Amino acid sequence: MTFRERLQAWRYNLVPDHLVGEILTKRWTDNAIPFLALVATLGVFGSIIPGFFKLTSLQESTRQLGEFSLVVIGMTVVMLGGGIDLSVGSIFALSCFSAVYVFFILEQSIWLALAAALAAGLVFGAINGYLVGYLRLRAFLTTLVTFIFGRALFDILVTAYAADVQLSQASSDVLDFIGDGTFWGLSVSVWLAIILAIVTHIALTRSRPGWHVLAVGGSRRSAHNAGIRVRRTVFMTYVFSGFCASIGGFLIACRLSGAGPGTGLNLEIMALTAAVVGGVSLGGGRGSVVKGLMGAIIVLTMTNGLIRLGYGTGTNQMVLGILLAVAVTIDIRWLKNRHKVLNEVYVAPVYLKMGETQSAAPGSGTSYELDNRLSAADHIGLGELEGPEDVILDRDDHLYCGTRHGEIVRFFAPDYKRSEVFAHIGGFPLGLAFDRDGNLISCVGAMGLYSVSPDRDVKRLSAETARSWTSIADDARLRDPNDCDIAPDGRIYFTDSTKRYDAHDWALDSIENRATGRLLVYDPKDGSTKTLLDGYRYTNGVCMAHDGKSLFFAESWACRVHRYWLEGPKAGTAECVIRDMPGYPDNINRASDGNYWMAWLGMRTPSFDLSLRHPDMRKRMTRRLPQDEWLFPNINTGGVVKFNEKGGIVETLGDLSGNAHPMVTSMREHKGYLFVGGILNNRIGRYKIEGADPNWTSPASYWGGKP
Amino acid sequence: MNAIGWPNWRRLNQEGIVFAIAILLFAAAALGLPGFLTADNLVAIVRSVSVLGILALGMAVVIIGRGIDLSAVAIMAMSVAWYLQLLNTGTSDGLAFLYVLAGVLAIGLLNGFLVAYADVPAIFVTLATGSFVFGYVRSQLITQDAVPVPGGHWVELLGGVRFLDIPVEVFVFAGLAFLVFLFLRYTKWGRFIYFAGDNPVAARNIGVPVRPMLVLRYVLSAFVALIAGLLTAASLHSINTRIVNSTLLYDIVLVAVIGGIGLSGGRGGVRNVLVGAALIGILLNAMTIIDIPLLYQNLIKAAILLGAIIVDGIINPRDEQTAQQGDI
Repeated sequence: MTFRERLQAWRYNLVPDHLVGEILTKRWTDNAIPFLALVATLGVFGSIIPGFFKLTSLQESTRQLGEFSLVVIGMTVVMLGGGIDLSVGSIFALSCFSAVYVFFILEQSIWLALAAALAAGLVFGAINGYLVGYLRLRAFLTTLVTFIFGRALFDILVTAYAADVQLSQASSDVLDFIGDGTFWGLSVSVWLAIILAIVTHIALTRSRPGWHVLAVGGSRRSAHNAGIRVRRTVFMTYVFSGFCASIGGFLIACRLSGAGPGTGLNLEIMALTAAVVGGVSLGGGRGSVVKGLMGAIIVLTMTNGLIRLGYGTGTNQMVLGILLAVAVTIDIRWLKNRHKVLNEVYVAPVYLKMGETQSAAPGSGTSYELDNRLSAADHIGLGELEGPEDVILDRDDHLYCGTRHGEIVRFFAPDYKRSEVFAHIGGFPLGLAFDRDGNLISCVGAMGLYSVSPDRDVKRLSAETARSWTSIADDARLRDPNDCDIAPDGRIYFTDSTKRYDAHDWALDSIENRATGRLLVYDPKDGSTKTLLDGYRYTNGVCMAHDGKSLFFAESWACRVHRYWLEGPKAGTAECVIRDMPGYPDNINRASDGNYWMAWLGMRTPSFDLSLRHPDMRKRMTRRLPQDEWLFPNINTGGVVKFNEKGGIVETLGDLSGNAHPMVTSMREHKGYLFVGGILNNRIGRYKIEGADPNWTSPASYWGGKP
Repeated sequence: MNAIGWPNWRRLNQEGIVFAIAILLFAAAALGLPGFLTADNLVAIVRSVSVLGILALGMAVVIIGRGIDLSAVAIMAMSVAWYLQLLNTGTSDGLAFLYVLAGVLAIGLLNGFLVAYADVPAIFVTLATGSFVFGYVRSQLITQDAVPVPGGHWVELLGGVRFLDIPVEVFVFAGLAFLVFLFLRYTKWGRFIYFAGDNPVAARNIGVPVRPMLVLRYVLSAFVALIAGLLTAASLHSINTRIVNSTLLYDIVLVAVIGGIGLSGGRGGVRNVLVGAALIGILLNAMTIIDIPLLYQNLIKAAILLGAIIVDGIINPRDEQTAQQGDI
């Protein structure tokens, strides 16, 4: 190994590049940016303003924050529904005036004042909702106009009644408490904001109306087609926003005991900036109440902080303008480019030097030498099948296989001309096995481990294992369950090929070559799933040894077969029994003569082996070339290999014509025939094995003769 | 009515209705209001809508290209305020004007860049830059709300220029309207604006430089705002930056929308601006003669604008199937 190559190995195998992509796939990264901004804002202003974190100072500033947060919650909900509400400032002001009018001028009770404020907000919100929701006007301009309208109305009312309010003698302890009191150290407005935030959060994430709002914001047309009442949902978001703003208005009426020309001024741009800075997406569908609240704290801290620092008129607008422009631009660019960034950084190849292998070329004289025997196989279901990854036969000689449509298809003995859909599972059923009671166990790609009873009941056995503490990606979920086999005690041993890619992205996993394959066991007694082994390059086929004391499993991208001991002195450990094969191993199954059949899904090529030593090249390749020009493992030539208990190769079968079985992912011996499946093939092959036991069947080998 | 051709009088459209209302209103005011139908008052009407009309011309070009410029008033007031502040603190005229011109073009470019190349919705970009321009100039560059024009400066003299007893801003409005009319109807670039406003993707596919032209429109709009600001300062001998917080911005949108320029772009022209300006001018003048307080005038204008938007929404309904996600 040259020094340069060693450097590459260190660089790509020790630096955890893959973590960047895994972090970016997390949904909480959306929250990370506003959260950091929040911490930075509080840190900066907290350190330069003396007494910022003092209790009394906090109580005073959080009082305003409570009112503002209420408005922002309403704005957030409207924006999640794909709209915008610029009239919140006017609603706020008018509600404030309504409360003041009822309390100070009509001298009614404070509760009637609250009702008046709420009524003003709900009516105003309903008008907005009707115009935008039912008349389908543009939200921005419509609410801009209702904002001017409401503001003009408020200005007229305030100039007309300001003097009367000043002279009013009305007072109330409740009003003073709402305005000035605290409850457990927090003011009423903060409590109200907290309660409303929690209720709204639960409604948005866990209730039907909340989901409707998110669905409409995410895609209006799809929501409509799914039967959601889009117009009513939009209408309700504006009513809710009016409701929130009116509570805010009522609170400020209590705090200031009056209404002035400045009430609610610039509130709309502040609330809009807060929501966008917090990460609530323009155009809807993405965001949360928490994000809105983070934005509210950032915006209010900045604007109030600047006032307390003594910056003059206009500074607020300047800061709001910059914040809004930056946040909107980041939001739009991030939404547009997130998946591109993710595609760029997710694939993080590692270095691997594959061992020298023996030739499999015809005439090379090695035990791996491919021949043309499989091309003579009969075909079953030609053209009817798509993707029989694994095949299996039951005690009555019926033939089962999975298809890419998520179905298990049964071909009837003896001629296998007739077929039926045995069961529909979904996903992509891969490895198959029969348990003692005749249940068909299947590893379903992208879903998990499933069982189909003889009377076709589909049951999920396992879809997750224990989460490992150090992994950033969620490795509890089974992403690519591939093959399974069953021990004499009934425990199901199965493989999950990769933690980083979904089943259909297996080519990316091969290019990355990171060792994330696992061997797991499902215990039917208590329904638990445990991870036995981790860190293999695409674990694939599993087969119980004939004595049931160990199992063989294939490690595809490393071209190795391992033996895992269930009993005996080496119990719980794995050892490599075949290494450096010329082909990529797939499923393994028992043979009648005490040996094992193993499928090769494809053959190693010198070019791909070389590229495995150049992770930088593969990284550039995935970034700069279209997918169909990538170099990845050859899957156009495969075969079937028979090996013995010690790992010695007995014989190799192939299809050099490339017509019938160019790639093989599974084979099953049954009564002297070998049934051959391939994940990209359109048929199952039936090949007569010379000299095989014509009575041997797999169910009998596992579970004894017919019960 | 075709996109930019002559009106089809047989089909009633918004522009026709508004024009008819304006004439009716004019007739009613002429008959009912004393002192309305005098030469002085008519000049006053035209004069009062000149600045509004000039700003609306800039807005119209932007709206036809499926955009909107909410920063126009901020640019108008703050650029001139800064210019006058520079003059008052002794900067030479040429240098001061150069600074201001550079600033105005920079904001126009920023608007255009963010809209065209960062794909940020125009409403948010211009809302943000408008807020920023006001805040930055007010807090960093000028010291008080109103900045007076220095005595004897050309801006002051400009305000006094009369021709046939008609103030200069009327001629500027007329001249600009004619120029914009020529630009939109008879130049390749003008036609391209309609293409881009009607269907930006198709325009891009046939090779129209959609993005550079977007930038151009916002720069034009900013430049028109500067002209309007200079004229305002000329007639009032000072500029009051509080105008940014007034409803002037919505009056501009009102003039454009009520004249029949669809907010979804690709429709309308200079004639629509003139019709809209006529109606608003007559309306404001009549309200002032009747002595309706300014606050109630705002209420009435808001109601009219709301009506105009509702009518616009009915005449140019948004197509659910082709509307862009996030088009608010």
